[in-house]
Amino acid sequence: MKLKSTRDGYGEALLRLGRENPRVVVLTADLGESTRSHWFKKEFPERFFQMGVAEADMVGTAAGLALSGKIPFMGSFGVFVTGRVWDQLRVSVAYNNANVKIGSTHCGITVGEDGATHQAIEDIALMRVLPGFTVIVPADNIQAIKATIAAAKIYGPVYLRLGRASLPVVTKENAEFNIGKAEILKEGKDLTIIACGVMVCQSSEAASILEKEGISVRLINLHTIKPIDEEAIIKAAKETGAILTAEEHQVMGGMGSAVAEVVMENCPVPMKRIGILDRFGQSGKPEELMREYGLTAENIVKEAKNLLKRKTI
Amino acid sequence: MKIKELQRICLEVRRDIIRMLGEAGSGHPGGSLSAAELVVALYFSVMKHRAKEPDWEDRDRFILSKGHCCPLLYAVLARCGYFPVEKLLTLRKLGSPLQGHPHNLEVPGIEASTGSLGQGLSIANGIALAGRLNKKNYRVYCLLGDGETDEGQVWEAVMTSNHYHLDNLCAIVDRNRLQIDGKTADIMQLEPYPEKWRAFGWYVIEIDGNNLAEVLGAYLQAEKIKGKPTVIIARTIKGKGISFMENEVEWHGQAPKKEEVEKALKELGERI
Ligand SMILES: Cc1ncc(C[n+]2csc(CCOP(=O)(O)OP(=O)(O)O)c2C)c(N)n1
Ligand SMILES: [Mg+2]
Repeated sequence: MKLKSTRDGYGEALLRLGRENPRVVVLTADLGESTRSHWFKKEFPERFFQMGVAEADMVGTAAGLALSGKIPFMGSFGVFVTGRVWDQLRVSVAYNNANVKIGSTHCGITVGEDGATHQAIEDIALMRVLPGFTVIVPADNIQAIKATIAAAKIYGPVYLRLGRASLPVVTKENAEFNIGKAEILKEGKDLTIIACGVMVCQSSEAASILEKEGISVRLINLHTIKPIDEEAIIKAAKETGAILTAEEHQVMGGMGSAVAEVVMENCPVPMKRIGILDRFGQSGKPEELMREYGLTAENIVKEAKNLLKRKTI
Repeated sequence: MKIKELQRICLEVRRDIIRMLGEAGSGHPGGSLSAAELVVALYFSVMKHRAKEPDWEDRDRFILSKGHCCPLLYAVLARCGYFPVEKLLTLRKLGSPLQGHPHNLEVPGIEASTGSLGQGLSIANGIALAGRLNKKNYRVYCLLGDGETDEGQVWEAVMTSNHYHLDNLCAIVDRNRLQIDGKTADIMQLEPYPEKWRAFGWYVIEIDGNNLAEVLGAYLQAEKIKGKPTVIIARTIKGKGISFMENEVEWHGQAPKKEEVEKALKELGERI
């Protein structure tokens, strides 16, 4: 299986976009290589803007470029391009409905050794509360390419949550990608697992284990967290009667919370959210950290079984 | 302490940095090596502090605003006796107090958690203001990277230090002229640099930051400046001491491999 990161997908898509649309411009804040924006720089130096270590200024500049008809993609680490500049995103970008796209790399604890300061685990919560923002979490490299290209085709601010780690490919090259339309990876009737990002891979593994034990699992890759696919979630709640969510993010305010909001208002069924439980990240190898924080297939299997016991329908 | 002795400690600390990063397999050698003289001089000669009593109220404070260079600070703290030197080899490993960026709740002697660039000088201002309110005469030192001073917050803090006449505060800029993506001059023009600080009301001292005599002289001079904050703009060589790392941008944030560790240690005078 080939291993590539979602940030690689972002960089590759920027190149394709640059070739087909002269309005696409790219910005970074002293993280050109880490965000894979330097590939674009090489081919389109005049449409690339190095902003120095000055993320707030980068956001404002991107907003200005967008208000003047450009399609700016700005890349930095997740922590520095969300929380660090949240008010700039709120006012200069969201309130202007500026057509700015964020390439937010190094999200989650799979960042590894750099530790807590560099691991964005609150970004989904921060970004999904901003009116007008689209929030996308690609599950693998292939999906990251499609998501980045799709982001350029819609008008309005888009947040792309990307990772550093190289991951197995879980989606298909020829699968359609539609913003706001959840991807059903597997049908099932006893329980639904809804995952995003790196947790799609873990969840798919968990689903196979559960299937072997005779439990029929529906697996959904919820790559778009906003606008959320209410239809797919309500259908899953009605047809399987239990929902487990898995994300590499704080459970508070994250993807699982977004799913719970839909379930609670439309079709309440027992739920379990797997994610980071109100802690900071830390240094360690990505795999070690995934175990430390319970972001593993084994933990999903365990929690799925507990959840099934709470099922009423 | 004699300059010869400080030089010996710098060498020891540089060896620590190389061993730590080699063992960790990741981290930031360039800016850790460039600032060795600046930090060693503080902890072994200039600052009042007690390794066995890290919370001593009257201690001078040091804030590492460029948190990615914590291998240097960890090595210096260990060599001062804040924690056992053997701990250094746990850098960046799961469960180690020596996080990839410094965490003040984990390591004795770390005054503030940093790693998100641009925040340290504001914290240092707060500590300096508190010192004045509490009638303490401790001094506050804050080390910044030159690339780091791209951040707008740095210049907000620079105004605050001047506005409150914080002469108990001394900023040090590691002017190694490199950041991640390249030369500071290509990434974001900082010049005219000393003039900027002067225009913001600071007393500016420019030195060769890898020359201990100049470094010690600058700290001494800074203490004597009253009524305004002082910045030491220290010209240094990124990766200083290791021939293949010096002035090479790719050594900003990658660890040396086994052979490179051996080569580097040999250059630093270690018999292998
Ligand atoms: C707010 C923020 N943005 C980006 C980064 C990523 N980063 C780490 S080090 C660095 C370059 C720093 O260059 P400089 O301050 O010159 O450090 P030095 O040369 O002393 O290593 C960057 C951009 C960060 N740590 N914090
Ligand atoms: Mg520098």
